[in-house]
Amino acid sequence: MGDILVNTVQIPVPMIAYLIVSLIMLFAGVYGFLTRKNLIMILIAVELILNAVDINFAVFNRYLFPAQTEGLFFAFFTIAIAACETAVAIAIIINVYRRFGNAEVDNIHNMKE
Amino acid sequence: MEYTIFILLLPLLTFISLGLLGTKLKPCTAGLIGTISLGLVAILSYFTAFQYFTTQKIDGVYQALMPFNTTWLNVGANLHIDLGILLDPISVMMLVVISTVSLMVHLYSMGYMKGEVGFQRYYAFLSLFSFSMLGLVLATNIFQMYIFWELVGVSSYLLIGFYYTKPSAVAAAKKAFIVTRFADLFFLIGILVLSYYTQTFDFGILNSGNESVFGNAIGSTFMGTSVLTWAMAFIFIGGAGKSAMFPLHIWLPDAMEGPTPVSALIHAATMVVAGVYLVARFFPVYVEFTPEVLHGIAYVGAFTSLFAAVIALVQTDIKRVLAFSTISQIGFMMVALGVSGYEGHYGLGYMSSMFHLFTHAMFKALLFLGAGSIIHAVHSNEMKDMGGLRKYMPITRWTFLIACLAIAGIPPFSGFVSKDEILTATYHFSTGMGIWMTVTAGLTAFYMFRLYYNIFWGKEHKHAHTPHESPLSMTFPLMFLGLLTVVGGFIPFGKLVTADRADYTIHLDMMIATISVVVAVIAILFATYLYRKPSDVPTQMANKVRRLYLAAYHRFYIDEVYLFITKRIIFNGISRPIAWFDRHVVDGTMNGMASVTDWTSIKIRRFQSGSVQWYAYVFLLGVLTITLLAVFL
Repeated sequence: MGDILVNTVQIPVPMIAYLIVSLIMLFAGVYGFLTRKNLIMILIAVELILNAVDINFAVFNRYLFPAQTEGLFFAFFTIAIAACETAVAIAIIINVYRRFGNAEVDNIHNMKE
Repeated sequence: MEYTIFILLLPLLTFISLGLLGTKLKPCTAGLIGTISLGLVAILSYFTAFQYFTTQKIDGVYQALMPFNTTWLNVGANLHIDLGILLDPISVMMLVVISTVSLMVHLYSMGYMKGEVGFQRYYAFLSLFSFSMLGLVLATNIFQMYIFWELVGVSSYLLIGFYYTKPSAVAAAKKAFIVTRFADLFFLIGILVLSYYTQTFDFGILNSGNESVFGNAIGSTFMGTSVLTWAMAFIFIGGAGKSAMFPLHIWLPDAMEGPTPVSALIHAATMVVAGVYLVARFFPVYVEFTPEVLHGIAYVGAFTSLFAAVIALVQTDIKRVLAFSTISQIGFMMVALGVSGYEGHYGLGYMSSMFHLFTHAMFKALLFLGAGSIIHAVHSNEMKDMGGLRKYMPITRWTFLIACLAIAGIPPFSGFVSKDEILTATYHFSTGMGIWMTVTAGLTAFYMFRLYYNIFWGKEHKHAHTPHESPLSMTFPLMFLGLLTVVGGFIPFGKLVTADRADYTIHLDMMIATISVVVAVIAILFATYLYRKPSDVPTQMANKVRRLYLAAYHRFYIDEVYLFITKRIIFNGISRPIAWFDRHVVDGTMNGMASVTDWTSIKIRRFQSGSVQWYAYVFLLGVLTITLLAVFL
């Protein structure tokens, strides 16, 4: 167990591993965005996509340009903006719920006509 | 003589004020305003005439005068359209004619149109007409004349269609407008061609007799004839349309649908002689540069006058008889112009034409107003509803008789002098023409007395109520015009209006005068024999020449010919195929484009489902496709 821990520290994780995680997160988000019908779930899916991007920022910065910090700051920005976006989206969803009695996307056609 | 501008401004202002405020005024107030304004115009016109004829004669020749002229539009480098006032013997003479007849008609209408709906509108239109007609004769250039020419046409249209609830009046108004407008198209082409080649619209320059003005127009030819000839012929067609020369005369008999005073003013005395005035206005050009057109005018006039006289013989509507008589008399004026020369002795035709225009305006207005008075009394236009009216309407009867004698050419009434001069001029031109016109004059005497006897003598018709003489507002104009008809022949016209504007001594050619008077008297006696007492001789005579009688009664089917040409040939042959092309090819292209768009839209409307998740899915597929392409290509 300890060996494994030591080994883990000493043998750096390759960049590709992080990217695979991020890729899975991204496509999980995209899949959720396309298939989920509940607005809350769609919002969560969008957050998942954003977090996948954040991981990419952090990883690329850490591995390719260790002397610089722009990628990290971009990730911070994205987190802050995602928070704002969530606040706005939740407000919209609450309004939609009040108006239609649920938050299912299939029931909302008013903008089309 | 700057005050002449008021001759134009007064009727215009009256028209505007009556047109805008008419409904707020009482009918009689509106009538009074119109009449007083025209009275002032008449006074100004008489004063102008007096001053012009007494002061503007320099070295024995009347000088043309432009008291007012301003450039209105500049067209191109040299060409400009002016608006102004031109005083010369014919325009001053026309001023007197128009303002006199117009004033009498204004007065007369106070009685005749009393109680009609739209009385104020009627007076507004009369003022508009007076304005445009005065503007026409005072025009300094051909384009200004054209503007007023069209205005006259419009006001004629409005007045013919005054009873706009009556379908026949509406149809007549449209017919008059379309036929004259068709002729005016040629007039406009003539004006444009003339001004293009001479670079001027001005009458002064065009009539100066200076050949250099027409250098280009004579030099250029079109289809073997000089452009000037074409232009002058086209201008004459415009005049022929307004003056109801054959074959453009069809609108005038129908125009009798308008109120009778309107017929007296527009369709007897003033507007219909506009064509004669136009030819007289361009007379120096016609006589000097295009004598062939002038001869054409003479033949058209001669044919028209006999043709219309024959039709007038058999019409039964009294206003139609007078209408055809008007056409015939205008034919006389055209003939006189057509056979005339320019200087001195040769200018007899011109002088007599203008003289006849003057006297004809007076006695024909008198005849129409008399007819109006009769229609007012018996409420019908047809001769069969009249007869024996002499006992009930003495003033109308005597004035009507005076006018009939004048138009028949019995001395000493005004028509005798002017008509005799015309006959003399035609005999100078050719004996054939002289005899032709003498025959026409005889027919004139016959149909006028047929009219007279059928109205005032003959079999008395049973009237629903006893006819009575018209009120003073109607009989005064009759008496005044009757007086003018009696004394009009003694006006020293040769000293006032001549082709070369110098004095011309009128002397009666005794032989021609005797012939024409004898012919007229025989015609009158014949009419007396036929129509004074009820008899069936006229019917028997009509039966003997039944075909001719029917043809003349139906006005030689000219209207039918027009209808055939327009409906069968133009509508069916040209208009319908064009309409088909428009509907199926032009519209079809547009409709086809629309339906293709519509069809495509319906097909692709699924793409716009409004479902964001679907969009996102498509977007994702697109991104993946592009990425794969970018990677593997």
